Amino acid sequence: MLLIHCPYCGEKREEEEFTYDNEAGIVRPTDPEDLTDEEWGDYVFGRQNLCGPIYESWVHTAGCRKFLIVKRDNSNNKIDKTMTVQEASADKNYQEFNSTANSNIKKTNK
Amino acid sequence: MRYSFFNLLKQSFNGHKSWEPAWKEAKLKPHYDVIIIGGGGHGLATAYYLAKELKIRNVAVLEKGYIGGGNTGRNTTIIRSNYLRDESAKLYNHAVDLWQDLTRELNFNVMYSSRGVYNLGHSLQDMRNIERRVGANILNGIDSEVVLPDELKRRIPIMNTSSKTRYPILGASYQKKGGVARHDAVAWGFARAASKLGVDIVQNCEVTGMQVQQGQIKGLQTSKGEVQADKVGIVVAGHSSVLAAMAGIRLPVISRPLQAFVSEPLKPILNTVVMSSQVHGYISQSNKGDLVIGGGVDGYTGYSQRGSPHTLEHTVQAMIELFPFISRVRMNRQWAGIVDILPDACPIVGKTPVKNLYINCGWGTGGFKATPGAGHVFAHTIANDEPHKLNSALTLDRFISGALVDEQGASGVAQH
Ligand SMILES: Cc1cc2nc3c(=O)[nH]c(=O)nc-3n(C[C@H](O)[C@H](O)[C@H](O)COP(=O)(O)OP(=O)(O)OC[C@H]3O[C@@H](n4cnc5c(N)ncnc54)[C@H](O)[C@@H]3O)c2cc1C
Ligand SMILES: [Zn+2]
Repeated sequence: MLLIHCPYCGEKREEEEFTYDNEAGIVRPTDPEDLTDEEWGDYVFGRQNLCGPIYESWVHTAGCRKFLIVKRDNSNNKIDKTMTVQEASADKNYQEFNSTANSNIKKTNK
Repeated sequence: MRYSFFNLLKQSFNGHKSWEPAWKEAKLKPHYDVIIIGGGGHGLATAYYLAKELKIRNVAVLEKGYIGGGNTGRNTTIIRSNYLRDESAKLYNHAVDLWQDLTRELNFNVMYSSRGVYNLGHSLQDMRNIERRVGANILNGIDSEVVLPDELKRRIPIMNTSSKTRYPILGASYQKKGGVARHDAVAWGFARAASKLGVDIVQNCEVTGMQVQQGQIKGLQTSKGEVQADKVGIVVAGHSSVLAAMAGIRLPVISRPLQAFVSEPLKPILNTVVMSSQVHGYISQSNKGDLVIGGGVDGYTGYSQRGSPHTLEHTVQAMIELFPFISRVRMNRQWAGIVDILPDACPIVGKTPVKNLYINCGWGTGGFKATPGAGHVFAHTIANDEPHKLNSALTLDRFISGALVDEQGASGVAQH
């Protein structure tokens, strides 16, 4: 059972109050028409699915119902920190993690 | 040494002192024609069929822990092939065909027991889906039938078929050829048979990097040093994304814990397999007598083989709803494996964007049943550098073309 600190409610609550959303940093392309099929497929389905410290987004479903960003080592479930979406957008490490989140097969394969 | 009555008799005169190890622990050689990464059932079966049918014998299976220590040794061993889509059902059914004779084929008792599998329906929509799936199965030559509550009550008296429950049972699909097998024996049986044909099985050998030159795989870095290979097959279930990333490939896979548990051994009480994807649990009784129970996947991605207690609690609730006697049974052990889930709940068995690098992944919560079939067609794919006809639709690039094979409804466990 994960205990997740909600940065909005300011309390540590049980995992069951939350809903896991996705790995963080997946941004909908601004101009989908300009993408190749590979790039679109990668946006829709491709995931880093890393093992180790990752950023992911959760929703505090049974609480404030807001999205939060959780930094968790998913190999041992240790939660390093949680952030509001605003805090995350100012976090350097989070930004770096995001920049690789949408790279597609073609780009990474070169 | 063959396992036979004659050899058993012969060894018994010698106090059983001269049995050989079932398979040979090999040292890593500098070069192989084919390297299989992952010593689970699928990897070992692939190596076996490469050696046996395709006569490629300079093959290694690299396993980071011990063989069968992944999902192969953690699953609830349900075998069936009553899936909806032609593209997937035919492959699962190929596996069910191979299970029938696997013990003899491998000269190792995999304890395949075709005790039948029921998939319950609890709503009118469930029953419509079941009718549709059974119809599709029959068209594909897969044994499948609809069973109604009165008959279910007669066949499984211990199950609560009352119409007064929260989610009354309205019927089920039934596959007579379905059943269970001994998971460890499957890994050991394939390992022994492959090893006998000259395949090197190297344990405690973790692949840590891949050498890709001009879009072609050349070799691997491992915890036991570097090794060259003409062809490489990735068969690592929950760790597929981690391995694919070493070759610069992003997969549509997510990895999540899936839990199971067993009770203390009981007298025989359940002689078949019962699954319900609606109340969400599945159960069988092992030959030792323990009830083997599984449920849905955990709510978040991750690689820690643990899972959350509340997921377990839901499974227990479902089981008590179906089999009220379970409320008084003590559970012995609980564990989790990391399952590799794809958006359409169907696997990828085929080529990758890197030449001579192949992948078999995405079996998620239900790949044990496919072990011999998947190994067989994956071996063909690697040897011929093109898919066998049974896995030709299960490509990685269906996630680009959009030609998904939607098995969401028919796979026994809701995957998200
Ligand atoms: C709790 C649970 C219940 C299940 N129930 C069923 C069921 O009832 N019926 C069914 O059909 N399926 C079921 N499944 C799914 C089934 O177990 C899997 O789909 C199947 O066993 C996958 O086999 P595999 O050989 O591909 O993977 P695994 O057996 O997981 O083998 C992969 C191997 O790769 C190794 N590996 C990983 N990384 C590396 C590396 N870097 N280098 C070297 N080796 C590496 C691992 O150590 C592992 O041994 C269940 C799974 C779980 C977890
Ligand atoms: Zn909150």
